[in-house]
Amino acid sequence: MTFPLEAFTTVSAANPWTYVVFAGIGFAFGYTLEMAGFGDSRKLAAQFYFKELTVLKVMFTAIAVAMTLLFGAVGLGLIDFSLVWVNPTYLGSGVVGGLIMGVGFIVGGFCPTTSLASASTGRIDGMLFMLGGFVGAFLFGETEGLFDHWYNESGYLGRLTLDQVFGLPVSVLVPIIVLVALFMFWGAEQLERAFGDKDLDREPGWRKFGAAGLFAAALGVLVLGSPSLEDRYQRLSFKRMEVVKQADGKPLSVPRVYSADDMLAKRLVFTSPAEAFKARYLQAIKPVYLDVRSEADYNLYHLVDSVNVPLKRLATIVPDLLSEPAANTVFITIGNDEAAAVEAWKMLVASRVQNVYVLEGGINHWIEVFGADDTSLKPLANARPDQLRYDFSAALGSRYKSCAPNPIDHEELDFQARIVLQLKRDKSGGGCG
Amino acid sequence: MKLLESIFHRPEKAYVQPYLAGAILGVVLFLAFLLTGNGLGSSGATSRIDAALVDVVAPTHVDNTPYLLKMAGGDKNPLDDWIVPVFFGALLGGFTSGARNGRLKLTTTKGPNISNRTRWVMSFLGGMIFLYGARMARGCTSGQALSGGATLAAGSWVIMFSIFGGAYALAYFVRKLWI
Repeated sequence: MTFPLEAFTTVSAANPWTYVVFAGIGFAFGYTLEMAGFGDSRKLAAQFYFKELTVLKVMFTAIAVAMTLLFGAVGLGLIDFSLVWVNPTYLGSGVVGGLIMGVGFIVGGFCPTTSLASASTGRIDGMLFMLGGFVGAFLFGETEGLFDHWYNESGYLGRLTLDQVFGLPVSVLVPIIVLVALFMFWGAEQLERAFGDKDLDREPGWRKFGAAGLFAAALGVLVLGSPSLEDRYQRLSFKRMEVVKQADGKPLSVPRVYSADDMLAKRLVFTSPAEAFKARYLQAIKPVYLDVRSEADYNLYHLVDSVNVPLKRLATIVPDLLSEPAANTVFITIGNDEAAAVEAWKMLVASRVQNVYVLEGGINHWIEVFGADDTSLKPLANARPDQLRYDFSAALGSRYKSCAPNPIDHEELDFQARIVLQLKRDKSGGGCG
Repeated sequence: MKLLESIFHRPEKAYVQPYLAGAILGVVLFLAFLLTGNGLGSSGATSRIDAALVDVVAPTHVDNTPYLLKMAGGDKNPLDDWIVPVFFGALLGGFTSGARNGRLKLTTTKGPNISNRTRWVMSFLGGMIFLYGARMARGCTSGQALSGGATLAAGSWVIMFSIFGGAYALAYFVRKLWI
């Protein structure tokens, strides 16, 4: 079983338990914040005068603990990290919004969730902060149109995590961040002693064991490392409906679950040239033709609108494929035959890119289907596997007629439909959106 | 009355030690990721409740405002989002902890040198400013700093430092409010 559970990724009226789960999470959240003393604005504001650094201690302990558990579970293969919501990075609106929040924090004495804990325990200032919040959020909705472009584009970097920024594996970064957090706690206690006249001897002794335990767990994450692409590939499962004939002759659709290798063996991921071509004219899906051959082959002949990403470079665009395209994007990997395209398929699905298919027979088969009567394409007798089986008079790229077959000439095409659109999680399905 | 008495007049207990509270919060956050793939949050619910209200009062306005359109356009129900039950759950959770620990009291928490009225105006203003910023940054201290921090989202760490930076930069000038 892979977490997060698909049934709980978003609320739906069809499954009332989703509301219970999210309300339960919220309950624990509010309970913990109140318990920590965040219903009292003085405790929060004291952070900014170095009197009491409870905010920093609670927040960074929470981040360090959750991060260690999360990446530990990822390392064990319990959690699929690509299904975890990672806030996309918008530097422009993030920095300005963050600074504005800081102003609201020190003026109002709360942040949104702590104001809930405060208001619910009868603090009038907490209630007014909440009320002001409704006005502020409303005003944002009203004024967003004035800077819509900046809000959506400025410094947009998509799903970007710190390990990518620093070029370090996550499993190395986790213990480093834990160490930094522990160092900050030490510093925070020194500040409390200096500015808040706190007696450190009265702090509980167990906090040192807690720190040691947390660091040991973070080292555990380092030992586990991240699951390899191969591990993730082996754990994949695909759902397909299969039509079987019943005893009385009537067809019946049965849901089946296949492994990735089953999908290849049953050829369920191979889309025929006809289907790949027709996909271009379907409203429901947006095909992206990923040509994974070498640039030289691509220059000789490629489908119109196809994108050349040689297999070697494919890994570098995976983060973009995960975060950028519309939810109904279907990727079709294209090789000369199938070998390279299947490799690309394996890598993409293991990285949890949705809706990836392989062009059946690759470019060679495409030319058989659409370019058979093109006399400038001469079949080669002794081409090696996964090489072009045609001789091209010139590197015309996509200017051969069969690179962009005329839809009117190919109105009626027979094919077995393989593409099953799997809508990926909506962007607004996660985060504080 | 006995029941009310027992809820509102319990002996007030001390707050939990910060590191312990943080560790519990971390486990809660981890469980949220484990079960749902989402972290914690709340400011999104504020704007969704706003959108629901606007949708009732002026549905055409929703259709003319792109930001509201995304949440409440057409037959979309802005409240049909995971963050809304989290929001109400947090209210209930805060109340329950307050009740269990004898902290339910109609009062105002403020610095020693300002009147209640000043504190009320400031908290309203602060809430307004905070949520404006939170919507701009697409999340607040919980949705960005806490949840994004734990998933190592680069933008969330930038936002976290911006929040603290903004607050520290202004703290000296508004010290009358707090010390």
